[in-house]
Order: sequence, then C-alpha cells, then structure tokens
Amino acid sequence: MITLTHFLIVSAGLFCIGLYMILSKQNAIQVLIGVELMLNAAILNLVAFGRYDRLNNGGQTFALFAIVLAAASTAVALAIVLNVYRRYKTIDPGKVNQLKD
Amino acid sequence: MSMVDVMFYVMSLVTLGSALYVAASKNLVRSVFMFFVTLFALAGLYVLCLADFVAVTQVVIYVGGILVLILFAFMLSGREALAGLQQRRNQLLAVNNLPALVLSVLFFGMMAVVMLKAKPESLGWIAEATAQHTAFTPQNVTISNVGVNLMTRYLLPLEAISILLLMALVGAAHLSRKEVEA
Repeated sequence: MITLTHFLIVSAGLFCIGLYMILSKQNAIQVLIGVELMLNAAILNLVAFGRYDRLNNGGQTFALFAIVLAAASTAVALAIVLNVYRRYKTIDPGKVNQLKD
Repeated sequence: MSMVDVMFYVMSLVTLGSALYVAASKNLVRSVFMFFVTLFALAGLYVLCLADFVAVTQVVIYVGGILVLILFAFMLSGREALAGLQQRRNQLLAVNNLPALVLSVLFFGMMAVVMLKAKPESLGWIAEATAQHTAFTPQNVTISNVGVNLMTRYLLPLEAISILLLMALVGAAHLSRKEVEA
C-alpha cells in the first residue's frame, strides 16, 4: 500500500538532489536545473496532498500554477543567463561579481 | 505487492536515479537530456497520485517548453567557456563538493525523520476526507472538475498567474533582445 509518506520521502530526496546541484555546480544552467528539481519536489508534494481533496481540487490546481510559474521563471532566468554570458563571457555564478557595466 | 506499488517503486527509482545522474554527470548535455527522464518519471508519479491533468501539463510544459528552452540557452552560450569550466572542476572535485554533499545529505536525513514522524495520514482534514469519501479514487473522472474549479473557485489566482506570465515573458523578451547603442 502506497501511503502519503512514500511520496513525501521521494520528494524530499528530489529536493535534496536539487539542493546539492545548486550548492556545488559552477554553471548557471545546472544551478537552474537544480532549482527546477526543487520546484518539482514541491509540486509532487502538492499533488500528493491534493489527492485527498476531490471537491475543491486545491492541490492539483496549485500544482498547475506552480508549473506555470516554473515556466515563467525559467524564461526570465535563461534570458538573464544569456545576458550575463554576453557581458562576462562566462556563466559561472561565482565569477560574476560586479553589478556595474 | 499490487501492481500500483510496483509502479510506484519503479517510477520513484527512475526519478531519483536519473536525478542523481543529472547531479553527478560531468557531461552537461547528457545531464540535461537525463533531466528529460526525471521529468517523465515524475509525470508517472503524478498519475499514481490520480492527478492525470497535472501529469499531462507536466509533460507539455516541462518537457516540451522548459527543457527545450534550457537546451537552446545551453547551445547558445558557447562551448569554449564550458570546456574550460569542466577542466577546472575535475581537479577540485572532491574538495569543492564535499560541503554541499554533507549539507544535502544531512538535510535529507532531517526531512526524512520529520516526515516519518509526522504521519500525514492522521492529519485532521485527511482523515476526514478519507472518512467522508471525498478523497480521489481511481474510479473518479477528475478533469472536468479541475476545469470547473479553475474557472470558478480559483479564478482570481488564475488571472493573477496569467498576468504574471505575461509580465515575465515580456521581461524575458526585453532582456534577451539585441543591445542597441545607448
């Protein structure tokens, strides 16, 4: 029997893999993939709890909203990454260390 | 073990295994493509949660949209910089990544302990839903209900999110346009 705890453990694992990627990678795109993994862990939690809400569909609806938010944030983040590459010729987040042009 | 249990274990193994590969792989393109597998397996997990519409949305938006976008950005940001990055990382691999590894493993341990002790099935509203049979069962058809709720109960969040999406896309287009001499 698959319970809610199983889903929560899987999503905790995903979240921690995303955390590891964000902390250890030196490439902005891989950091972005880490963020996506963490977002997916959150969406998995929403969906798993949304199973117990058939009438209002709260969990599933907000999982949809989270997916759309992830799409929007990815578009903006990739535009920023391209701009940073154009200006600094690197996408290592540790090397981008000045705000002025 | 029923069929659903087997499916759950297979899906979660594929999800976590491919996510680990994404995190560990040295080859960037390969890790991006492995991310496809993670997202597909996650869609399978959503189906097991009886959220088929969310699963289809996941496949369409994540796999069809976000990953293609990531691949585009990846191919556009030149390969020389990435190659230099990889060489530097090989030397410092163990020393650099150890704190991140320790932190994430410890964080996973903490979250696992909390989730095992929390016993979410005994939460008030979940026990109530199970008792009153308002939880999903595989016999329900849910998609029409999702649509009706989206247009009635959650109309304000829907509008807010659509305006936010519009703003984000306009901002992305503005950021990524060619620089004009100012």
